[in-house]
Amino acid sequence: MRLFVSEGAPGSLPVLAAAGRARGRAELLISTVGPEECVVPFLTQPKVPVLQLDSGNYLFSTSSICRYFFLLSGWEQDDLTNQWLEWEATELQPALSAALYYLVVQGKKGEDVLGPVRRALKHIDYSLSRQNCPFLAGETESLADIVLWGALYPLLQDPAYLPEELGSLCSWFQTLSTQEPCQRAAETVLKQQGVLALRPYLQKQPQPSPPNGRAVTNEPEVWNRTKPEGLKWEEELATLSEEEITMAVTAWEKGLGGLPPLRPPQNPVLPMAGERNVLITSALPYVNNVPHLGNIIGCVLSADVFARYSRLRQWNTLYLCGTDEYGTATETKAMEEGLTPQEICDKYHAIHADIYRWFNISFDTFGRTTTPQQTKITQDIFRRLLTRGFVLQDTVEQLHCEKCARFLADRFVEGVCPFCGYEEARGDQCDKCGKLINAIELKKPQCKVCRSCPVVKSSQHLFLDLPKLETRLEEWLGKTLPGSDWTPNSRFIIRSWLRDGLKPRCITRDLKWGTPVPLEGFEDKVFYVWFDATIGYLSITANYTDQWERWWKNPEQVDLYQFMAKDNVPFHGLVFPCSALGAEDNYTLVSHLIATEYLNYEDGKFSKSRGVGVFGDMAQDTGIPADIWRFYLLYIRPEGQDSAFSWTDLLLKNNSELLNNLGNFINRAGMFVSKFFGGYVPEMVLTPDDQRLLAHVTLELRHYHQLLEKVRIRDALRSILTISRHGNQYIQVNEPWKWIKGTEADRQRAGTVTGLAVNIAALLSVMLQPYMPSVSATIQAQLQLSPPACSVLLTNFLCTLPAGHQIGTVSPLFQKLENDQIESLRQRFGGGQLEESLELKAKVSPKPAVVDTVAATGPQQIQMLMDEVTKQGNIVRELKAQKADKNQIAAEVAKLLDLKKQLSLAEGKPPEAPKCKKKK
Amino acid sequence: MAAAAELTLLEKSLGLNKGNKYSAQGERQIPVLQTNNGPSLTGLTTIAAHLVKQANKEHLLGSTAEEKAIVQQWLEYRVTRVDGHASKDDIRTLLKDLNSYLEDKVYLTGYNFTLADILLYYGLHRFIVDLTVQEKEKYLNVSRWFCHIQHYPGIRQHLSNVVFIKNRLYTNSH
Repeated sequence: MRLFVSEGAPGSLPVLAAAGRARGRAELLISTVGPEECVVPFLTQPKVPVLQLDSGNYLFSTSSICRYFFLLSGWEQDDLTNQWLEWEATELQPALSAALYYLVVQGKKGEDVLGPVRRALKHIDYSLSRQNCPFLAGETESLADIVLWGALYPLLQDPAYLPEELGSLCSWFQTLSTQEPCQRAAETVLKQQGVLALRPYLQKQPQPSPPNGRAVTNEPEVWNRTKPEGLKWEEELATLSEEEITMAVTAWEKGLGGLPPLRPPQNPVLPMAGERNVLITSALPYVNNVPHLGNIIGCVLSADVFARYSRLRQWNTLYLCGTDEYGTATETKAMEEGLTPQEICDKYHAIHADIYRWFNISFDTFGRTTTPQQTKITQDIFRRLLTRGFVLQDTVEQLHCEKCARFLADRFVEGVCPFCGYEEARGDQCDKCGKLINAIELKKPQCKVCRSCPVVKSSQHLFLDLPKLETRLEEWLGKTLPGSDWTPNSRFIIRSWLRDGLKPRCITRDLKWGTPVPLEGFEDKVFYVWFDATIGYLSITANYTDQWERWWKNPEQVDLYQFMAKDNVPFHGLVFPCSALGAEDNYTLVSHLIATEYLNYEDGKFSKSRGVGVFGDMAQDTGIPADIWRFYLLYIRPEGQDSAFSWTDLLLKNNSELLNNLGNFINRAGMFVSKFFGGYVPEMVLTPDDQRLLAHVTLELRHYHQLLEKVRIRDALRSILTISRHGNQYIQVNEPWKWIKGTEADRQRAGTVTGLAVNIAALLSVMLQPYMPSVSATIQAQLQLSPPACSVLLTNFLCTLPAGHQIGTVSPLFQKLENDQIESLRQRFGGGQLEESLELKAKVSPKPAVVDTVAATGPQQIQMLMDEVTKQGNIVRELKAQKADKNQIAAEVAKLLDLKKQLSLAEGKPPEAPKCKKKK
Repeated sequence: MAAAAELTLLEKSLGLNKGNKYSAQGERQIPVLQTNNGPSLTGLTTIAAHLVKQANKEHLLGSTAEEKAIVQQWLEYRVTRVDGHASKDDIRTLLKDLNSYLEDKVYLTGYNFTLADILLYYGLHRFIVDLTVQEKEKYLNVSRWFCHIQHYPGIRQHLSNVVFIKNRLYTNSH
């Protein structure tokens, strides 16, 4: 029999996973055909996969092909399986093809994709949990499981679309995904490109109609009062209950008296009994890289929003971060720049600190890992692990450069690929054939630093015995995960590590720049960064206060939130907890692990070496204020899925959301107070409509709190913008500028509208504080909001600007971004001919290390040169216009040409050969 | 024809006398059968296959692995392609495909009468009734098969007998 499949056809997944069943019963040939090829002679529409049987018959239904394979293996049909397959064909498939089409072809995301299939997913979850069996039709995996798994895999393999709350579905899906036939089918069909591998096929398919003509709606979530899109403002207000309105009015009337007393500031911040103690860490940035926008939003900025929010809630909050300074990369950087590792760290630590200061990150302490405290705490944890038998010793073969007198990390060896013969294969992977290489297998290895040939030497190393700690880890996860706010991706990563089984991990390195290993025979070695980098949080706290153990050995009182990008999850969710559990010293372990996905730059990735993207130190040179950067990065925060930075979108969001929505509302509210009421907040006599507005704002405020408590930072920002949109509508509908010209009663109406609007502006300034601290402070200064009202955010909307309160001078908050301004920034930060310049650089320079240093200063240098070219160009033009002396002009022209040449070199373009220049 | 009515027809044609009660679920009115000794069954083809087994007529589900798979394939075709909101164009494509498939076949599986023939016959009845003489001639193989099934003992019952003309009228079109 012959199986016809097509690249990216989703039906191939279950069919390939089931094909193993037929092995030994019949010979199976597989042919790949184009997505539009008609394999089955009697069908008008192309259809794959198709199985042509030896009798000449065709099976063109995916589940019938699977069924056939199962029947060949002796399996008997049963009612329950039939029922699942019928449901799959009639209910699941229509919903799923719509979801996949939205996701893959139309590029929609989040609920747009999940919405259509949510009901079907719940059905599976419910059935699994009700029948209390691990599989759909009983105790063992069978046809129904394979068919449904195969249908769902393209969507659910992305953790963003595997609803965490559907526990039975998740565990069923993950069990199947780890089975060998399924795993192989998944690799064959998706080719590790995820769902995008289906694109070539799905693009050729007609757009599926929404399942059963049902509107694509989201199921209401518990905390989210449903607010169907397109519902009119008035209708929306009408859905509020009398009770909600009364409560909102009561709270509002309390005014400033409703605010709790302010917490006295403490220094240092220490946990307090009976209070909520929130410890927040942001992943430690590696010292010798300047962070790009993706790094900044991934941890430092996200954690900052949460820390600021936490303080507004009057929770006892400590937010810490620092630079991760040890390791090979620092040593090499030091060699390149001719400095000592310590000097390199000092230099770059200052750069990091500056960048975060500019972004207004509210660290309580920003430390570093190269401190005596780091050595002390790391060695203590190590000794405890050693005496408790959690450390193993083993021999590792490594390349040693005799000339440099050191063992070479994989990235510092180059040689001939043992698989394909490529000359410049790296020590860990060949760029040409992509195979992973064990550095000692490289032919003709070379030390990348001195180009001499290294020799294989064996070296003793220490390993952390993770398998021995696995049970403790699982026990801890079992207690921690349920009900916590770990992001779905972090749960998924940890589960997949545990599923594959933990292996002992090497924790030492043959280096000098690191924490020394306190063990005889290991004097020349240091701890590997991933063992001691996470201990950096502890040592940074220890440098901040000698009472650091009150934070870090206090799991009962402390709530630990750790922020990072998803690549850091294993170290924080697995390795450090294992070390801490093994050390048996009552360490505080992560309660909420908050991992983001990746942020891309325009259509590609940020790349330091290619000079693509905006890096922390350059953001300030753009002339765009830090708060605008913060706003946009948080607006596109890769929460749940990857997202992309786009200059055009930045312009759009600034001009529409900030300028026209938020800025416009706050400015108008303030201006009315100044212009119509001499700067004093007028008396407010609330009508039933105004009371509804109060209740409505209160509702949106609660929503904001619920989202931020779950660390859904991006979504909570939408609530702020929603309130301000309502505010704008309120002013627009009530037209205070007309009433103000009328009778006394009319003037009172204008007063009420203005007073309510300016109080909403005051509320917004506090809600905005975690996101845009400077703008928030500006609004509060303009409104002269009292300090207690600025520092606390309650779940109720209070009147914090009572009648008679005098406000300050009101001025616009945001500036319009212009197209040409953004266009020139886009050009400056990469795009276009970059691929080309990368290739050229690679050819020109045999030593990648050199490329790195050139590129590190590249964009700034380029900008400098560009400016000089412009300047010099003007000089030349002026001289020519003045008809100056020819020799003088020629001299300036020569200067200009030289500058241009430097510029094109810096940009990695071949210098334009001036016509007069001779060729070699 | 509602699914419940169709299942009642099927029960009779299988010689089952007890007469099950069916409830309907959701917008698409999917039939549900509450069995005596177990959980309920949902879905037209699922219940149909269950009834066939109840009547001890398993051969109607196919005898070999290949036949069984083909029967299920056409049952799936019935509920996904014939039912629901099929447009006139969809039906024309469907008849064209089926016509070309049946060119060398007596029944859907080839030479054996199965549940697939019964349910496809029930499902297509409402469309075939409306075909013009010319169309019936155009889908000649479908007509031959359909006429054959409607005369199969006990299948048609109260459904109207669709008339097919033995002589070709539109010979030019072939």
